[in-house]
Amino acid sequence: MKSGKYQAVVIGVSAGGIAVLDKILPALPSDFSPAVMIVQHMAAGGGSYLVERYSSIASLPVREAADKEPIQEGTIYFAPADYHLLVESDKTLALSAEAKVNYSRPAIDLLFETAAEAYCRKLIGIILTGANADGAAGLSRVKELGGTAIVQSPATAEVEIMPLAAIHATTVDYIAPPEEMGALLVSLVRYEEE
Amino acid sequence: MDEKEQQIYNENLEIRLLLEAIYQKYGYDFRNYAGAHTKRRLKHRKTVSALRNYSEMLHRIIYDEEYFNSVLLDLSINVTEMFRDPWFYREVREIVVPHLQTYPFIKVWHAGCSAGQEVYSMAILLEEEGMKDRTQMYATDFNEPILARAKKGIYPLDAVRQYTLNYIESGGKESFSDYYTADDRHVILKSSLREKVLFSSHNLATDGVFGEMNVVFCRNVLIYFNKELQERVLRLFYDSLCPGGFLCLGSKESLSFTGFVDKFEIVAAREKIYRKRRS
Repeated sequence: MKSGKYQAVVIGVSAGGIAVLDKILPALPSDFSPAVMIVQHMAAGGGSYLVERYSSIASLPVREAADKEPIQEGTIYFAPADYHLLVESDKTLALSAEAKVNYSRPAIDLLFETAAEAYCRKLIGIILTGANADGAAGLSRVKELGGTAIVQSPATAEVEIMPLAAIHATTVDYIAPPEEMGALLVSLVRYEEE
Repeated sequence: MDEKEQQIYNENLEIRLLLEAIYQKYGYDFRNYAGAHTKRRLKHRKTVSALRNYSEMLHRIIYDEEYFNSVLLDLSINVTEMFRDPWFYREVREIVVPHLQTYPFIKVWHAGCSAGQEVYSMAILLEEEGMKDRTQMYATDFNEPILARAKKGIYPLDAVRQYTLNYIESGGKESFSDYYTADDRHVILKSSLREKVLFSSHNLATDGVFGEMNVVFCRNVLIYFNKELQERVLRLFYDSLCPGGFLCLGSKESLSFTGFVDKFEIVAAREKIYRKRRS
């Protein structure tokens, strides 16, 4: 049985996200045990494209997050377009159509704050490239509850606003370029298992 | 449990007690609402009112009805738009309406109608399809102030651009501007649109069937309920619908994994339009 500390990874990404996710998601091996939940900001019409794209290039199964769905380990979930994605304390997914937060729906802060409360220290939060400050408050909450914070190195970000906002908001554990992030996640999870 | 987990556990316990107090004192039942969403709304109110914890909030809710009313507003969802998901309304027009036209008289229920945008969307659609004079619409919500807003049919002017785009995309047959007058800050919907609408208070968590319906709209409401409450509400809709009646849910809601999956047939999978089987 895996005794790994980390049960989930949450990722928040906005402008320039596809190129970065292209480097990170395929680098996760098929035995990667935490669930991965992702908010990629997008227009109301978009959505299923991300699931199609990463289903074909990632080793892990990729799904659009469905309301009330129990979170499966080793599965990548994308927030659907025009809905917020939240995590319930019983580790099921929840969707919400309430107002935009930080001009965004889905908003990164909502996923991070609710996942932090559900997983506490068993959570890794990652903020990647983006053009607004969404995710900074969420990453702070992840840290506050004992989780681990990772931010894309601003110099490697297509837009550095979001990584910089996150770095200013909290004490970040790792700052890494996207090429190294997959390996970093794998080593964090493996290290905890030993 | 480590210290942080203990802290979250305690907070969630406080919130359960607070919701129990609301139910016992005021009769509104949020005990089976989706937890993460409810906590977020309460947290917002806690911050705004500068309270230290949810137990302080519980005390204030019990002793201060006006304060409770502000919490009640926080806990209700009032984000929607006219012709939200235009492709859904297109499907209603093309698939549901032809069935409805075979009836001499129809009843339509908008359950959890919020500020009424989707009610007026359907009123417009039925008028354009020549159904208005043989329709009775019911628009219900548990929240009285929001229901009062729905009755007025007055919306911010800056929303109209999106409403108009949605209307056109949904297959609207007229000019959307025919349906409202505007002042410098609002659009005021034509009062004739509500001639066939009865607005009334109804709580999906605690109230029952009040009529036999041909169509029930309940879009983006079930996602805020836990599974138990979802089942209760679906039972209520099932009992309210005539055989062959239509149930319309939000685009990310479905009957899959509920006790009602076999009791309805799927009419439009993406649009989440279901039809009650004639068992």
